[in-house]
Amino acid sequence: MSLTQGTPLVADPVTRGRRRAGRHDRAVTARWARISYVFVSGYVVLAVAFGVLPTLYALWMSVVDSSGSFVGVQNFVDVYGDFRFLPAVLHVGAFVVIWLVALMLLVTVLALVVHSIGRRWLSTSVRFVYYIPGALAGAASVVLWLFVLNPTVSPVSAVLHAFGFETFVQTVSPGNLPVIFAIIAFWTGAGGWIVVMYGALNSIPTEVLEAARLDGAGAVRTALHVQLPMMRKWISYMAIMSLAAGTQLFVEPRVLSQATQGVVPVDYSLNQLAYLFAFQQEDLNGSAAIAVILLVVSLALSVFFVIRGGLFERD
Amino acid sequence: MNATSTRRRQQLTPGAWLGRAAAIVVAVFFVVFFAVPIVWLLLAAGKSPRGLITTGAFTPGTLGDLAANWSTLVHFQDGIIFRWLENSASYSLAALVITLVTTIPAGYALALGQFRGRRLLLTTTLVVMLIPNTALVLPIFLELSAVHLIGQPLAVILPFSFYPFGVYLTYIYFSTSVPRDLLDAARIDGCGEVAVFRRVAMPLARPVIALVGFFSFVANWNNFFLPFLTVPGPRSPIQVGLTELLSNVPAFNPTAAGVTTIELPTLALAALLAVTPVLLIFLFSQRFLVAGLTAGGTKE
Repeated sequence: MSLTQGTPLVADPVTRGRRRAGRHDRAVTARWARISYVFVSGYVVLAVAFGVLPTLYALWMSVVDSSGSFVGVQNFVDVYGDFRFLPAVLHVGAFVVIWLVALMLLVTVLALVVHSIGRRWLSTSVRFVYYIPGALAGAASVVLWLFVLNPTVSPVSAVLHAFGFETFVQTVSPGNLPVIFAIIAFWTGAGGWIVVMYGALNSIPTEVLEAARLDGAGAVRTALHVQLPMMRKWISYMAIMSLAAGTQLFVEPRVLSQATQGVVPVDYSLNQLAYLFAFQQEDLNGSAAIAVILLVVSLALSVFFVIRGGLFERD
Repeated sequence: MNATSTRRRQQLTPGAWLGRAAAIVVAVFFVVFFAVPIVWLLLAAGKSPRGLITTGAFTPGTLGDLAANWSTLVHFQDGIIFRWLENSASYSLAALVITLVTTIPAGYALALGQFRGRRLLLTTTLVVMLIPNTALVLPIFLELSAVHLIGQPLAVILPFSFYPFGVYLTYIYFSTSVPRDLLDAARIDGCGEVAVFRRVAMPLARPVIALVGFFSFVANWNNFFLPFLTVPGPRSPIQVGLTELLSNVPAFNPTAAGVTTIELPTLALAALLAVTPVLLIFLFSQRFLVAGLTAGGTKE
């Protein structure tokens, strides 16, 4: 799961109405159209090879059996009937709920707090400290958290002891995992969002905030009635992106499972299960079925957002 | 903020003071939360296995222990750590080049061109951009194994090079920041379209090229799932290599029976090495990045 990639810095995509081609002279327009195909060709090839084709191929794999004959929804029925499937859905669901709530609440509060810092250098430095764990996405960040969660070496062992965890295995007992994964994901990903929200807050003209203050609104009322409405679009964008990314949980449980000899189960998340189907049971079709389920969830969220969300005004 | 607002702050009511104090507590708590693991990692790499457990978490280690950890690490499987780092670098850089060569012209044409299929391509780009990249990993793996590319460097480089987010960034940049008239002027001067792109558009696009390059490189360097499936074994990049190293750490894996066992500080050192390139890029591009990240938000 990559939490930073693609999340930050979607610049405000005000796609303006396009000017009429009539401004150009016809020959130029025709020439432009031809050359445009050349300009987009490389990207289109990659998009077909690594976006469209794999999707179609996975779809096809999910409705045939290993000999290639059509079996309808049988693979999906098998996957659903697998005793590990529903637990994996519940694990991922629990993690996503905790993570989303924490992300929406804390990122909003932290962006407001950082924005209220008057001194410029201080605000910049605080944002940077929040953002820097984003450099550690991937396995490296999970390896780092193996240490942080291990009471014998952890820099926050006092906190772990306060919760009654004396060993690493106690800390990562299955009941704690959704919270632990949420903390790791928050640690790597929240900073990028805080910076984005901060940018959204910056776009509110100072006069508006000044007027609110003159009307006697305190910081909290200003936040609720002036600043939050400005951030709403970005918050829903963050929620949808994070929801889609959260369902893909893989590297965190994978590495934790490896480090605990299975106390964290090898089939904790859906992507892990798909991996097991493909590599342990050599059931590529079952694996494709899980991949298709996950892909449909992400695609649905993404299409919903592109169509409904005001963030990407299409021309 | 200016002098007037500072003066006003001095007349704050007790309630507002309490609010400010709470805000400071929250800000400081999260500075600690985000910074502590990284600071700890920097220090842990220089400790002996015993020192890691017995000394305080924030006591610095010694150069001698750092050297010892380094020596264990570089002797692990005949210096495979360098191989992993080299793999990461070559995959990420090769993908970076292909990404730039394909996304920049594509974003340019999407923003300023008029051609059939433009809207379709734009919408597809938006939709795919919002799909988490892990969602396509298994399908891509299935596809690559059907064409027998698994295990080849291309099995990482090519999927890495497909970067719709980069196209989107370039598209936004060209449609908001580059005046059409400038391009038209160049055309009137007799430039062909390729020349207009190379001599006028490209120099103007330098900021967005840097931004796309940055995000593509960081995302690819940190990617775990795709290379984990498509280039197993000695062709692994460092992120996958780290987990190989992890399986030789007795503290996490008592049955580890490798020739060399890896102690915790050595693992910390390896993790540090794995993140150093990206960490350095973050540090050196801080100003530019924060500007890039907020560019959209500040636009009105």
